[in-house]
Amino acid sequence: MSMAVDGRRRGSLAIGAVRRDFAPWADPGAIPLIRFEQVTKRYGEVTAVDNLSLDIYEREFFCLLGPSGCGKTTLMRMLAGFEAASEGRIVLAGQDLSGVPPYRRPVNMMFQSYALFPHMSVERNIAFGLEQDRLPKAEIADRVVEMLRLVQLEPFARRRPSQLSGGQRQRVALARALAKRPKVLLLDEPLGALDKKLREETQFELMDLQVKLGMTFLVVTHDQEEAMTMADRIAVMDHGRIVQVATPGEIYEQPASRYVAEFIGDVNILEGKVIAAGEGRCTLAVADAPEPVSVAGVAEPLSPGREVALALRPEKLVLTQEEPPPHTPNVFAGTIWDIGYLGDWTIYLVRLASGKTLRVSRANVTRFVERPLSWDDKVFVHFAPEAGVVLTR
Amino acid sequence: MDVAPRPPDRGALGRALSALVPAVPFLWLAFFFLVPFAIVFKIALSEPATAQPPYRPVFDLSQGFEGLREAFSQLSFYNFTLLLEDSLYFSSFISSLRIAAVSTVLLLAIGFPIAYAMAKAPERWRPTLLMLVILPFWTSFLIRVYAWIGILKPEGLLSALLINLGLISEPLQIMNTDTAVFIGIVYSYLPFMVLPLYATLEKFDYTLLEAAEDLGCPPWRAFWRITVPLAMPGVLAGCLLCFIPVVGEFVIPDLLGGSETLMIGRTLWSEFFSNRDWPLASAVAVVLLVLLVGPIVAYRDIEARRWEKAK
Repeated sequence: MSMAVDGRRRGSLAIGAVRRDFAPWADPGAIPLIRFEQVTKRYGEVTAVDNLSLDIYEREFFCLLGPSGCGKTTLMRMLAGFEAASEGRIVLAGQDLSGVPPYRRPVNMMFQSYALFPHMSVERNIAFGLEQDRLPKAEIADRVVEMLRLVQLEPFARRRPSQLSGGQRQRVALARALAKRPKVLLLDEPLGALDKKLREETQFELMDLQVKLGMTFLVVTHDQEEAMTMADRIAVMDHGRIVQVATPGEIYEQPASRYVAEFIGDVNILEGKVIAAGEGRCTLAVADAPEPVSVAGVAEPLSPGREVALALRPEKLVLTQEEPPPHTPNVFAGTIWDIGYLGDWTIYLVRLASGKTLRVSRANVTRFVERPLSWDDKVFVHFAPEAGVVLTR
Repeated sequence: MDVAPRPPDRGALGRALSALVPAVPFLWLAFFFLVPFAIVFKIALSEPATAQPPYRPVFDLSQGFEGLREAFSQLSFYNFTLLLEDSLYFSSFISSLRIAAVSTVLLLAIGFPIAYAMAKAPERWRPTLLMLVILPFWTSFLIRVYAWIGILKPEGLLSALLINLGLISEPLQIMNTDTAVFIGIVYSYLPFMVLPLYATLEKFDYTLLEAAEDLGCPPWRAFWRITVPLAMPGVLAGCLLCFIPVVGEFVIPDLLGGSETLMIGRTLWSEFFSNRDWPLASAVAVVLLVLLVGPIVAYRDIEARRWEKAK
């Protein structure tokens, strides 16, 4: 994955420093800003959201991640007030939102299609929400200027949406949603309509804004890169349920289930059976390996004979042309089946004797390689005991 | 903003053929509109006579150029001055405008909810609903107006129904009044109001209403601030499409209206057929056209300017 190397990167590293100590979910005394209590939503026979409970804390940049149809958009719309829960309730800042219409909730949404009012200028679009609150005209004007400055659209104040580019329209939609200083800002697939370069820039802009304004953001997306880059915590959803809620790092390196492991990034899944386990380590009999595989960092107790899956990320596998020294744990022999050159990384598909294909990725750390790997080369793949995650679901 | 790519240069023949395309409707309009209009205008400048055709002068090319020049000198604007002097025509015209305006407002009040409901109906129902609106056009307009006579007359269906239900004791006297004319006009012109409105409302992005609600605007206020302004093109189109023909409407006031229902169409008809005063009737027609073309040209001008600004 390539990232732009420019001044903005430094900004986000500074944010990283602030957010490293930011973990209200770990604090037992913290009161969540938003609480979904056993929320269910049914449309006739179909259950879109299934008995879902979730806490979101103030100042979090939270992401609902999942494929289309998993219920993430329905959940967000229930928070905004466009759908009513069939069961359960939603509490925002201590207030039960049941029966409260969208125009009375301290929540604002940035729509996927932006939904800018075509017959109003940029200024009037942003002022719209403030006019609904009957604020004095001078205050509205000041706030509009503040918002325009925030999203860097001051010269475009009098233009109509049809006279703006896609990126500019998005910023108007953002300014309009932020104008009322809501407690929570909902973003529905905010980066979907943008091209790659703009997407990266906007990701960092959104993160900057969120920290600067001290607001709580809730983003709904199907794009895992988006979620991994921007979020403090991600909730991975599947068929109306939350499968795992954790920080991006935890989601990637400690997936709770096969579904999460396969949804985020690339992963190799090996089927195996527990031979022995104890003290955070275990030995697995893996069909694709001649020798038993040793795994460390095992969290839950495993009984021998239990069928499990071992998840290995491509970058944790080490690829060598010579056989690794003896006593190296977890060695597999195979041939190069396919190569994908991405510039900064190279992906190798290694075919094992059992027929299974392992995906190994390697950073291209030098510009010239003396003996580059080629198709059908005989290679060895090994990994450290801590490199894999044992999945019981 | 993207600019449309320029078409490739096709050479002289290509350009000539391209010019032919707009020439076809232009020639059509010239032949079927401008020429008849010129004929009517010429008759308006003539004077009535007991002859066949009932006006003088008649251009006779057999008389040669001299004959034509003589005929031209006999033309005058006398009929137009007559229009200004006699209050009948002015009253008829004002009355027509009044009836057309009231009808248009009624059409809008009835047509907008219908078009709105159609636009919000589930997709699979829309073709059927559209068909139902257009269906009356498949039957004869005249027969449908006659049917209303059968419904509205004192011995007709409406009175019979209301008397049977015990709501009234005496038969209704709606026939031959302005009310009957309004009913007839609204009934006949409703599709002309509903269809342009439906066309505009169907393209409406309802997410805009959600966005308005999200920003603190209750649904009824969002209707006036978002839906109505964006439906304006359809409203204007529908209103013009109804107002202009209704001003000149003849059949409905003739069949359903009373003798006090003055409309310029009837006045023109009686001038033409009863009085056999073709020149005067033609003068009325010419004035009517000019007075109606004014708003249309103004509307087109506004639209064109809006287009330019949007670019």
